[in-house]
Amino acid sequence: MHSFGYRANALLTFAVTALAFICAIASFSDKFSNQNPSAEIQILNINRFKKQSHGNDEVSLTLDIAADLQSLFTWNTKQIFVFVAAEYETPKNSLNQVSLWDAIIPVKENAKFRIQISNKYRFIDQGHNLRGKEFNLTLHWHVMPKTGKMFADKIVMSGYSLPDAYR
Amino acid sequence: MDWQGQKLAEELMQILLLVFGGVAFIAGYATSSFRTMMLIYSGVVLFTTMITVPNWPFFNRHPLKWLDPILAEKYPKPEMTTVTSKKKNNRLY
Repeated sequence: MHSFGYRANALLTFAVTALAFICAIASFSDKFSNQNPSAEIQILNINRFKKQSHGNDEVSLTLDIAADLQSLFTWNTKQIFVFVAAEYETPKNSLNQVSLWDAIIPVKENAKFRIQISNKYRFIDQGHNLRGKEFNLTLHWHVMPKTGKMFADKIVMSGYSLPDAYR
Repeated sequence: MDWQGQKLAEELMQILLLVFGGVAFIAGYATSSFRTMMLIYSGVVLFTTMITVPNWPFFNRHPLKWLDPILAEKYPKPEMTTVTSKKKNNRLY
């Protein structure tokens, strides 16, 4: 501590180390928040259901998505990425996931929402397995904290099915 | 900065940063604002820099007391004696 430069260096090192500890504690404090997210999705309409010229089934549908993810926001949350995926089983693959809609929620006030929207990304099967298919709609979310580890979770909603014939 | 001053500066720096770092965390947690925490902490770091990095007069209150130069005169340095040893080229058989 005998010179200006030495003191400045020691202070900076100590300050950054202390900041790292503060950030670690901030990340740890997230564990004490109780999270009770809820979601509900309804299929309002099947707009289009057809077989593409090269043989893959394609569906267009209108969704009513209502969710309350406000409890996922803590003081250490930067944003939440949320997406709706259709999940179903085919003889070839035990799990198919098709993303239908997504959004980035940057503030807590927007985390409780209800929107009616047709699928943002195309719902296409790799094949022609969709007629009369039972499928799940799953709301996935990824929480991106300001410091610390990113984590993900989901709500699975089952009991949806597609019509037996193309239209 | 004297020896006592250096010790004081280091201790002051560590205590200020730790205590006010804790204050910043509690303030940020209480107001649910990460931004508040970071602003308070950067303020604390600047304040601590101002307090402990420059060579303020209060770090120089314990100057070193050197011996009086008189004493040195009492005990003069021993004179350098030039020893010139001539090495003969004696061969040992």
